[in-house]
Amino acid sequence: MAEKEIAGKTVQLNDEGYLTNMEDWSREVAAEIAKEDGIELTDKHYEVLEYLREKHAAGEPLSIRKVGKSGITDIKGLYQLFPGGPLKLSSKFAGIPKPASCV
Amino acid sequence: MSKEDKPLKKVCIICAKASIEDVYATLVMANGAVMEGIEAKVFFTFFGLDAITKKQMKKLHTATVGNPGMRMPGGLPFPTWLGGIPGVEAGVSAMMKKQMDALDIPPVDEFLEMITAGGGEIYACKLAMDMFKLTKEDLHEEVSAVLTIGEFYEKAGGENTQIIFT
Repeated sequence: MAEKEIAGKTVQLNDEGYLTNMEDWSREVAAEIAKEDGIELTDKHYEVLEYLREKHAAGEPLSIRKVGKSGITDIKGLYQLFPGGPLKLSSKFAGIPKPASCV
Repeated sequence: MSKEDKPLKKVCIICAKASIEDVYATLVMANGAVMEGIEAKVFFTFFGLDAITKKQMKKLHTATVGNPGMRMPGGLPFPTWLGGIPGVEAGVSAMMKKQMDALDIPPVDEFLEMITAGGGEIYACKLAMDMFKLTKEDLHEEVSAVLTIGEFYEKAGGENTQIIFT
């Protein structure tokens, strides 16, 4: 666990770089975290992030299949937005815990 | 992971059986790989071809005879003679599929699409295709090619690659 200043805000990150408190999240914080992973966030990215935050707050388990059916993007689109980690990276940028899902 | 550990780059998974558990073990591992940014190549051979054959892929079963892991709902042993009664295997298989659906595990055709959407590749074994008298047209669209085992090995090269036989 480490404290870090991101986008002018002090936030708590776990060892893998995920926010430990989803209330620390803002669009600016997300943009900075994504930049470290080499991804420039677009409106489409933010739509996915907002969707994940909403579902996580409602206690729903997340999977790429669910995001693929959200109407925001399909699974192929999700891979293009978050190369190499459609659910892992999107969750990280959304400020929610790393998903414990195998699908 | 320590700094000396080199992360896995590619998995090549071979599936030779048609039971729900063998096919899904293959699909979950392949999809799990592409989700982690690991390359995945899947080779279906022998009875495993059912998983990518349009006619069969929606009708996979789990064995209720000769399956010591089989239990009754509630945990009591599942007698072998019961598994032999017509309809029992179909019922058990339908129950398994229902439980998987509740966990957001997709049907086989959708699972194949998820794997290829992430860049994974699906292949069929030429020898087994000849044996079962199947042609490329009998296979699901997500299958990229029919390969000999030699051609599959060619695709299995590279550092930090693993071959897994389910």
